[in-house]
Amino acid sequence: MTAPRLLHPGAWWLWAVALAACALRTTNPVLLCLIIAVAGWVVVSRRADVPWSRSFASFLRLGMIVIVVRVVFQIFFGVRVSGTTLFVIPEVTLPGWAAGVSLGGPVTIESLMAALYQGLRLAAVLACFGAATSLCSPYRMLRALPTVLYEAGVAVTIAFTFAPQAIVSSRQVREARRLRGRSDRGVRAWTASALPVLEGALDRAVALAASMDSRGYGRRGSSSTAVRRRSIGLVLLGLVAIAVGSYGLLDPGAPAIFRIPALALGAAALLGALIAGGKSTTRTRYRPDPWVTPEWIVSIAGLVAFGSFVIVGRVGSALSPSTNPLEVPAVPFVAVVGLLIGTLPAWFAPHPPTLASTSAPLVVAA
Amino acid sequence: MIRFEHVTITYPDASAPILIDVSFEVPEGELCLVVGVTGSGKSTLLRAVNGLVPRFSGGVLAGSVVIDGRTTSDVAPRDLADVVGVVGQDPAAGFVTDYVEDELAYAMENLGVAPDVMRRRVEDILDLLGLHELRHRPLASLSGGQQQRVAIGSVLTAGSRVLVLDEPTSALDPAAAEEVLAALTRLVHDLGITVLIAEHRLERVVQYADRIVMVPGDGRPVVVGTPAEVFGESVVAPPVVELGRLAGWSPLPLSVRDARRVAGPLRDRLATIDTSVFSRSPNSLGEVVAITDSLQASYGPVTALRGVDLEFRAGEVVALMGRNGAGKSTLLNHLVGLREPASGAVQVLGSQPHRLSARDVVRVAGLVPQDSGVLLYHDTVSAECSASDRDAGLAHGATRKVLDRIVPDIDPLTHPRDLSEGQRLGLALSIVLASEPPLLLLDEPTRGLDYGAKQRLVEVLAQLAADGHAVVIATHDVEVVAAVADRCIVLAEGEVVADGPARDVVVHSPVFAPQVAKVLAPLALLTVHEVELALAAASDSSYS
Repeated sequence: MTAPRLLHPGAWWLWAVALAACALRTTNPVLLCLIIAVAGWVVVSRRADVPWSRSFASFLRLGMIVIVVRVVFQIFFGVRVSGTTLFVIPEVTLPGWAAGVSLGGPVTIESLMAALYQGLRLAAVLACFGAATSLCSPYRMLRALPTVLYEAGVAVTIAFTFAPQAIVSSRQVREARRLRGRSDRGVRAWTASALPVLEGALDRAVALAASMDSRGYGRRGSSSTAVRRRSIGLVLLGLVAIAVGSYGLLDPGAPAIFRIPALALGAAALLGALIAGGKSTTRTRYRPDPWVTPEWIVSIAGLVAFGSFVIVGRVGSALSPSTNPLEVPAVPFVAVVGLLIGTLPAWFAPHPPTLASTSAPLVVAA
Repeated sequence: MIRFEHVTITYPDASAPILIDVSFEVPEGELCLVVGVTGSGKSTLLRAVNGLVPRFSGGVLAGSVVIDGRTTSDVAPRDLADVVGVVGQDPAAGFVTDYVEDELAYAMENLGVAPDVMRRRVEDILDLLGLHELRHRPLASLSGGQQQRVAIGSVLTAGSRVLVLDEPTSALDPAAAEEVLAALTRLVHDLGITVLIAEHRLERVVQYADRIVMVPGDGRPVVVGTPAEVFGESVVAPPVVELGRLAGWSPLPLSVRDARRVAGPLRDRLATIDTSVFSRSPNSLGEVVAITDSLQASYGPVTALRGVDLEFRAGEVVALMGRNGAGKSTLLNHLVGLREPASGAVQVLGSQPHRLSARDVVRVAGLVPQDSGVLLYHDTVSAECSASDRDAGLAHGATRKVLDRIVPDIDPLTHPRDLSEGQRLGLALSIVLASEPPLLLLDEPTRGLDYGAKQRLVEVLAQLAADGHAVVIATHDVEVVAAVADRCIVLAEGEVVADGPARDVVVHSPVFAPQVAKVLAPLALLTVHEVELALAAASDSSYS
C-alpha cells in the first residue's frame, strides 16, 4: 500500500457527491441504509485524527432528526393516504383560506412508510456530505477550489468551514452548560444551545475569513474591473442555474427545462467563468496535490456506484418501491454490486498521516 | 512605514467612538508597543493597520491610515498582504491549512510567487524561526509557542515588511513567550522589519520596544514616546518599572538587567528582612476539599496526565503552572467532572464529580474556563444573573449579590458582549460562585486583563480563599502567582514536578520567577508590595 498521505480533496468530494446522487435517485430503504453503511465504513477506515473527522457522527444524528421530523409532520399535517389505518388523530376543520392543508385524520401505515423512506433519503444525503467533511479537511477543499470562485471569497469560506466549526462550537457550549449547572441532555438542552452554537461557529468562520483575506485570499491580481465583473456575473449565473437544475432533478413535478438544460447552462457558465478568470489569475501552488491511481480509484468507485443506480432505474422500479399498496422492497443485485464497488476507497485510498507517524507528541489544547 | 492621520473609529451601534483623533507614525525597522487598559481600543488600532477594521468589523473610520504609501480606504486587506502581516491572539483561529509547510506557503500562493521562489523562501523562514524540525507536522499537534511562530512565519514568507501582532504571547507559557519574542527581536534587528505589537504583560516585552503607543481609552489623546518617557507617568507599568519608581531610580529601568545593576544598595538594605512573615502559615488551612489519586488521562493515543496525586485544602490559593499542554486544563476538567478519569480517581468532597448531575456538580466544584465568555449566552447581565439563580436553584438575586461584591456598578441591561474583559470575567466568576462551590477552579483567568483588572482579581481571589474556598488557578502569569498563590504546583508532560509553597517554587526558577524576585535574588521577595512592606519594616528596625 502507498505511504500515508492525504488524498486529493476533489476525489473524496466526487466520490461523496456520486453516493449522494445515488441516494437522491432512490427511496428504497435497503439501498439507502446500504449507502449510509458504505459512507460510514469508508469514513471509519480512512479518516485522519483531526477535529472535524468526528463530524460524521453529528451528520448521522442530524439525519435521525430529519427522519423523526418528517414522520411527525406526516402524522399531523400529511396528505391523507388510504390504506390500513393505524390510529386516528382528531381532525381539525380549517377555514377556507387554508384549503389544501389537512390537520389530523386517520394515520395509515402506508403514509408513514412513505414519509420514513423520504426522511431516510435525506438522511443518506446528509451522511454522504458528512463523509466528505470527515474525510477531507474543509481547508484543503478551499485551497483546491478553482480560482474564479475566490471572487465569492468570504461567503465561500464561511460556507465550507461552518459545519466543522459548528461541531467544535457545540462541544464548547455543551461543556459551558454543564459548568453552569444545566443538564446537557434532552430536547431542552438542544434547543437552548442552538443559538450559541450557531453564533460561535459564525464568529469562528468570520475570523478565519478575515485571516484569509489579510493573507491575500481572493486577491485581485492584474485583472481589470471589467474582466472581474464579467467573471463574477458568470459565476453567479452558473451557481443559480445549477441550484435550479438540482432542484428540478429532485422534484419530479418540475418542468423539464428546469432539469438537464438548467444544469447544462450552469456548467457552461461556470466553465466560461473559469476560462475568463483563469487568464488573469496569478495564483501558484506550493506542492500541488497529485492526482494519481488512488484518486482515480476513489472517484471511479463513486461513479460506478452512481452508474449502477442509473441502470437499475432504467430497467425497473426497484429504486422506488411502492408504499401503496405496501410491499417488501426488492433488492436490485446491480445496485448492491455498485455500492460494494463504492466501498473500494476503504482499501485503496492511502491512509492519512497520523500524528504518531509525524512523531509528534500531541499537545492537547491548553 | 505606518502612519495614522487623525483617525477616529466608531463601531456601529456604539454611542461614542472607540478611538478619537489618533495620529502617530512608526518609522521603518522599529518595534512599537501598543499599551493601554482592556477595552481601550488596542485591537481596533491594530486591525485598522491593514483595513480589517472597518472592512470586517463594520463601523466608520474617519481620517486615514497610510501604510507604505497606500491608504487603507482605497485598498482591500488582501491587496496589502504583501506589505502587512497580521497575527492574531489565537493563531489557531487563523490557520487556513493543516500542515506547517502548507501554512507557510499559503500567502505566497495567493500572491502568485513562482514555485521555486516559494520553496526557497519556505526554507529560509523555517531556519529563521527555528521551525525546520516541525515542517511536516500537523498544525494541530504543535504547542502554543510553535503555533505562534508558524503564524509569524506564514506572514513573513509573503515578504511583509510590517508585522502586526495582537497579544502574541497571551496564551503562552513564559518559555514559549520568550521564544516568540526572541524571534521578533531578531526580525527587527537583523532584517529591519517593522513590528507593531499589543501586549498586556509589559514585563515580557517592554525591554525590546523602541517606541510606545499608549492608548488610554476614555477619549483622552494617544501618547507616543520612548518607553522611559511614557512610563514616567503611565498607570500601566511592568513590576520592574514600579520597583524603580519605589526605589527612586533614574532613569527608570526597563529590564531585569538594568534594574539588577542599580539594585545593589536596595538589596543590602533589605538583606536582614525575614521574608517568612509574608507567607501564610500552613496550619491556617482547612479541611481537604479535593483529592486526585494516581489520576491518568489520555486523548486518543496521547497521555495527558500520568498518575497525578494531589490534595487541595479549603482556604488555599493554588497556582497550577507548566508548559502549554502540560495537562493543567485537563486536570481542572477532571476536577469539575467534564472528563472521566482513564484510571485513578478524583474525589471532590467525597463524591466523584463526573458521576454527579450538572446541577449537583456546581455545588461542589466550579470552573471558570479559559474563554470565560462561553459561559455567557443571554442578552443582558440581569438575564444572566436570573438564569444562574434558576439553574442553581437559588433565591432570586443571589448571583447579582455576588456580582456586586466582585465588580460593583454593572448596568444590569448591558449585553455581556459589551462588557470589558475584566467585567465579563467577573460576571462569569459570579455565576460560578453563586452556588458557593467549596472548590473554585480558574483556567487562565488573567488572559487579556490589564494590571488594574488583575489587581482586582487578585483581591477577589484572596478574599475567596479567606472565606474558605479552595481556589486553584491554572496560569502562565508569574506576576499573578507571586501576588496571590500560597502553593504552586508545576506540571510537565502530565506529571507533577514541583509542589510546595509558591515562594520556594518560583523564586529560584529562571522561568517562573517574577521580575522583582529576579532583581532582588537571592532575597525571596516576590512583589513590589512586599518590597514596600519590607522597606517599611527595615526603616522601623533601623530607628529602634
